[in-house]
Amino acid sequence: MTTEVIKIKGADLQTEEMILNLGPQHPSTHGVLRVILKLDGEVIIAAEPEVGYLHRGTEKLAENRTYPQMLVISDRWDYLSAMSNNLVWCLAVEKLLQIKPPEKADHLRVIMVELNRIASHLVFFGTYGIDIGAYTPFLHAFREREKILDLFEEVSGARMTYNYIRIGGVMADLPADWVGKCRSFLEWMKDRFPEYDTLLTGNPIFQDRTKGIGVLSQAQAITYGVTGPNLRGSGINFDLRKDEPYCSYEKFKFDVPTGANGDCWDRYWVRIQEMKESVKIVEQALDGLPAGETNAKVPRILRPPMGETYAQIEAPRGSLGIYTISDANDKPYRVHVRAPSFINLTMLQEILVGQKVSDVVATLGSIDIVLGEVDR
Amino acid sequence: MEKSVLDRLPGIALNMPGGKVIISTADYFINWSRKSSIWPMTFGLACCAIEMMGSYASRFDFDRFGVIPRPTPRQSDLMIIAGTVVKKMAPMIERLYHQMPEPRWVISMGACANKGGPYYDSYSVCKGVDKIIPVDIYIPGCPPRPEALQYGMMELMKKIEKMSIAKKPELPPLSRVR
Repeated sequence: MTTEVIKIKGADLQTEEMILNLGPQHPSTHGVLRVILKLDGEVIIAAEPEVGYLHRGTEKLAENRTYPQMLVISDRWDYLSAMSNNLVWCLAVEKLLQIKPPEKADHLRVIMVELNRIASHLVFFGTYGIDIGAYTPFLHAFREREKILDLFEEVSGARMTYNYIRIGGVMADLPADWVGKCRSFLEWMKDRFPEYDTLLTGNPIFQDRTKGIGVLSQAQAITYGVTGPNLRGSGINFDLRKDEPYCSYEKFKFDVPTGANGDCWDRYWVRIQEMKESVKIVEQALDGLPAGETNAKVPRILRPPMGETYAQIEAPRGSLGIYTISDANDKPYRVHVRAPSFINLTMLQEILVGQKVSDVVATLGSIDIVLGEVDR
Repeated sequence: MEKSVLDRLPGIALNMPGGKVIISTADYFINWSRKSSIWPMTFGLACCAIEMMGSYASRFDFDRFGVIPRPTPRQSDLMIIAGTVVKKMAPMIERLYHQMPEPRWVISMGACANKGGPYYDSYSVCKGVDKIIPVDIYIPGCPPRPEALQYGMMELMKKIEKMSIAKKPELPPLSRVR
């Protein structure tokens, strides 16, 4: 037998594109997202996110639900910040009905939404640590989150799906000594931020994994319609709480943190700073909590006049909007949700190109999507 | 008298020259080891997955049950269906179930996985995961609290205690409602 020696010449070498499937069951896709990656060696040349593995058809369901019933479904869009979803639905219906909630209800709404923003960003902080390979931040973040959930449980009775913010106001007044508990939580929370800095922010391995990775330029961010911390991470100062205040946000003093480079690090840093700002807002809202009614007079059966409306708020993931058409019936004619997670996810196909495979999870985690909101 | 590790063993410890010997039945010993180290798959679908994460985390601490999440179906014994099962996702869940080694168990967590929950009239939601895979434990709630999930895990442990290696485990029936 003769041994054939395979001669390797430069011309004979062929490279082949490889297709790598990520998800829908993957521990780091934050739910059931599927990304189809096209690879040239280790470098990504195309990425195609495929959504719809959690499509629950809520926009269609809305046509068969009355306006207050739809509040229950709204909790389950972005289940990490259900208060924001409740709020935007109530704002849309109140706009149709032309009801103005009392001042106290506005303050209570701001308190709840901002506390929920902290809880939501804490989940981001914890899970992003896991994505990068650090498990301890997860345990720290959930310790704080449980304290916020305890506060929510006292006012609404639920840990995740609150239904606290109702059309025309809120469900009920605060229970006795809730304000004191909330204040002691805020004081406790302020001391945790330096802890996070030592755990993750100042960690050189974490910085190496995130700095300069997944850069989203300002022009790209605007083209894709990205909102929220992802947009502010790219250095654009846009926050609906400042630019188009709702629920008396104009009364509160807070800064809008912005990043510089638009990489994963900036998006992470913006969220950490936002938690600090939220603590400030909640403190101011507790200080200026007015007395009086918590609910406006709302008819028992809601039949808004014929018309259409668009309401939007700054949810933890970006500007969340509701477009509703009423045909003077007790059920909406059409509901559309402008889900920030869904629109932020579209930038993934742009920023993944040219990166290494090992950075996919770091980039995906930094966008902070919630699949319940992406697919609705 | 202080309790030693030997007192908690699944069997009788006898003194022999040179050490101790444990006498136990095979069923009891195997079931004891199976129920004390249930490894679920980290597989979250929707809102319930956040409560599942909560039960792994600091306050509720699932580790004390011997429950440690595994990221792949090949290493896991238990699948917690945490969230809404959508028709697009149902074939994947079925495939993941078949990728798990036997014996395997399934916990259906929350109203959506049990019977559709708030999406009972949705066109895209599979009304109950028990239409595609056999379910051992159903946990009600929307979403169930972490305590409820841990209670469900304890109920599953009771179920495992009744197993025997002499006979094939009976699978729970699939839902026949279409």
